[in-house]
Amino acid sequence: MNKFQKVQQVIASMMALLALQSSFFYAFNNPALFIISLIALLGVIRIFYDYLNNGLFDFLFSIIGMTILMINVYESPPNGYWPLLISVWLYGWLAVEKITHEKKIAPFYRKLFFIAVPIFFGAWILFAWEVITIGLNIPMVILPSPSLISIQFVDSLDTLWDDFVQTFVRAALTGYLIGCGSAFIVAILIDKSLFLRRGLLPIGNFISAIPIVGIAPIMIMWFGFDWHSKAAVVVIMTFFPMLVNTVTGLSVNNQIDRDLLKTYASSYTQSLILMRLPAAAPFIFNALKINSTLALIGAIIAEFFGSPTVGLGFRISVEVGRLNLDMVWAEIAVAALVGSASYGVISFVEKKITFWHPSNRKTLEN
Amino acid sequence: MSENTFINYFKNSFLPILSIVITIFAIWYIFTVYLNSSKQIDAYERKKIDWEFSDLVRDTMSQKKPLLPAPHQIVSEMWKTIFMIKVTSKKSLIFHSYVTLSSTLLGFAIGTILGIILAVSIVENKAMDASLMPWIIASQTIPILAIAPMIIIILNAFGLSGLLPKALISTYLSFFPIAVGMVKGLRSPEISYLDLMHTYNSSRLNVFWKLRLPSSVPYLFASMKVAIAISLVGAIVGELPTGAVAGLGARLLTGSYFGLTIQIWSALVMAAILAGTLIFILNFISRITLKRMGVQE
Amino acid sequence: MKNAIISAEKLNLIFETADDDVVALKDVSLNIDKGEFVSFIGPSGCGKTTFLRAIASLEKPSSGNLSVNGLSPEEARKKRAYGYVFQAAGLYPWRNIYRNVSLPLEIMGYKKNEIPGIVEKVLKLVDLTGFEKKFPWQLSGGMQQRASIARALSFDADILLMDEPFGALDEIVRDHLNEQLLKLWKTTNKTICFVTHSIPEAVYLSTKIVVMSPRPGRIIDVIENTLPTDRPLEIRDSKEFISVSQRVREGLRSGHSYE
Repeated sequence: MNKFQKVQQVIASMMALLALQSSFFYAFNNPALFIISLIALLGVIRIFYDYLNNGLFDFLFSIIGMTILMINVYESPPNGYWPLLISVWLYGWLAVEKITHEKKIAPFYRKLFFIAVPIFFGAWILFAWEVITIGLNIPMVILPSPSLISIQFVDSLDTLWDDFVQTFVRAALTGYLIGCGSAFIVAILIDKSLFLRRGLLPIGNFISAIPIVGIAPIMIMWFGFDWHSKAAVVVIMTFFPMLVNTVTGLSVNNQIDRDLLKTYASSYTQSLILMRLPAAAPFIFNALKINSTLALIGAIIAEFFGSPTVGLGFRISVEVGRLNLDMVWAEIAVAALVGSASYGVISFVEKKITFWHPSNRKTLEN
Repeated sequence: MSENTFINYFKNSFLPILSIVITIFAIWYIFTVYLNSSKQIDAYERKKIDWEFSDLVRDTMSQKKPLLPAPHQIVSEMWKTIFMIKVTSKKSLIFHSYVTLSSTLLGFAIGTILGIILAVSIVENKAMDASLMPWIIASQTIPILAIAPMIIIILNAFGLSGLLPKALISTYLSFFPIAVGMVKGLRSPEISYLDLMHTYNSSRLNVFWKLRLPSSVPYLFASMKVAIAISLVGAIVGELPTGAVAGLGARLLTGSYFGLTIQIWSALVMAAILAGTLIFILNFISRITLKRMGVQE
Repeated sequence: MKNAIISAEKLNLIFETADDDVVALKDVSLNIDKGEFVSFIGPSGCGKTTFLRAIASLEKPSSGNLSVNGLSPEEARKKRAYGYVFQAAGLYPWRNIYRNVSLPLEIMGYKKNEIPGIVEKVLKLVDLTGFEKKFPWQLSGGMQQRASIARALSFDADILLMDEPFGALDEIVRDHLNEQLLKLWKTTNKTICFVTHSIPEAVYLSTKIVVMSPRPGRIIDVIENTLPTDRPLEIRDSKEFISVSQRVREGLRSGHSYE
């Protein structure tokens, strides 16, 4: 153990001691909690004797501790519950600390570990959220517990699906496809003219930086309350990042590549398709990724300005008003899932197409 | 030679941008006439007025609630609400910009500090890196702005209202790009530089202050530019859900309730000006700092 | 004069920059016959690369005459009269070796069924058979450069223009590639123009060595190489080799003031 880990270990054991002394009757009433506290306390021995002193033990202990703590939160948590929670949490941290500093791990387990750690961390956040909201009786208006949110999620699958279709499939996806597609075409069209590129690039950069989502009320006036106006907002929001990136990407090719094609006397179209578009692909994908988040933001925010009675943004603003925070969180979960899923899909396609790019090579060579 | 650079700048930058801007305005005017004409023609017919095309052009550009206001209408509205009204008045655009700007800057400042702290702890602590970094990257892919109204409500429930809740949305939004950029920057020194420090047997603290931090500055500025833009968006969106009475977001919202298109457009233009100015200032600071640090652009 | 495949007469090339005009080539006259292997040697800034680029019509001479195959460089380029090998391999990272070599064939509109045979043949010439499916970034620098030579050979142009093709490689790989290039030249009977800054390389490879000098870029000396056509690597230790090298070195010294 290094110094830092020793400090963590001492605090964890002190917390366990605090838990034990504040409720001695654990031993009879609640043997599980008692045993957990005892083990957590005895862990301090490892500072002096190198016994059971690896991350795996801490990891398993933390998971078992979490489970037992979770079971005990639903009836009012006994005295000493919170210090024990801190203790178990510190053991989790110790586990990660120890395993990251471990040098003698087979590559396979190392890989597994770097997938497991964030999941472990996420689980800990969910767990802490659950026991704190339940244990401290936090009112739902402020923060509903994950269990309540998931119950609400399952109960209102139909509504959530309708909102998903309205906001994602109709507004965001349509707008995204039109916005990115037209920007790509415009970029190809202005590519031949240096004058147009020099004029449009700074303007495109500027427009990408301004709060374009504010155009939503105007679009609602032009295209009505339904998804068309939201799609229009998304078109405008996604257009400029795509334009700027494609134009930049098309101009990155180096001197040798250009000279090479010149010695082949290749036509403009041939060099565009054979060299410049493939070279621009990383830039284009970058824009596609930025835009996938922007599209969802645009579609949701635009609904705050007015929409039919369906849609993620509409539901969020209405349920917030009604203080149905569990429904709001369920909608947010949908937005988060959709957002990361679309991002994931684009990244996957990117890795397949730009496998040659230095940032993607490593995975291929292994 | 300096004359040459000036001419080059004029030819390669100013002239193209100017012509594109002029083209945009020309298209805008055409669309103003086109979009507002049907309403105008209806009005003529109701009043049984004979009209010619020149009347149509003139009148479509002076409607009170046009579908698309002409640029000069927006300019005159902005002139009126910026210079002709006392800044303390609820009708002053300066007042509303000030409200939005203050929460933008407050949120941006907190977000930057938090982002830097988080980045430092991620770079210096392996456990934090392994458990936090994937989530920070994943959080960039979800539309966090959608949570804005909820944050406002929750903070209201705690009795917080006014500037701070909005600022916290900006904090929340600016925090992620700063953290990600800073982590990249702190990790940017090449192995050979780190090896050099190693040969000096320098402490981690020394490596941090003398190598990692200086190399992260260009990355910090780059992500600050992204963060300030998104902070402004956050402040404006933060003004939407509570039916706020002040700020550019509130101007957008009331404008959309009452169909006051000129008001909406002037708020939008003002937001664009704010964004442009903020990024310009950041660019300026970053140029000077990087120049003094000897970083090549 | 009659069988000169490349001929330059009083060629001048001036780069205009914001500060100053740079005279890259001054009154350069030279004839290259069919089947020759000509090396251009000189310190940086002497215009050797510029001259090669002018032949390839990648630069436009300011005055003078330049003809390639009896045509202007521009026309020759449009007729795809030469293959060009750059200092860096310049292979496309998204195409595997096979598809990199077939790139010029696709552009030049070769028939689909002709391509595989040609690619196979030229890859064999540069000893890269079996690497068709590899991507450039999976190969060593020497292999990449060989692939780029195969690419230049694929459409079977009479002229091969090489601009310091082995400049970035280490000495051992370089020797090996020099040997291979010489063999290739003998079997294909192409005309090769080769830019280098290495005296042994120039002397080992060429039939004619053109010594150039900078400010302004001009030809100092044209040396006919007296070495026999059969040249094992050991020839570099022979007396004759050393005397030719000395002549080249003297030429370089006389043209350069080392200010």
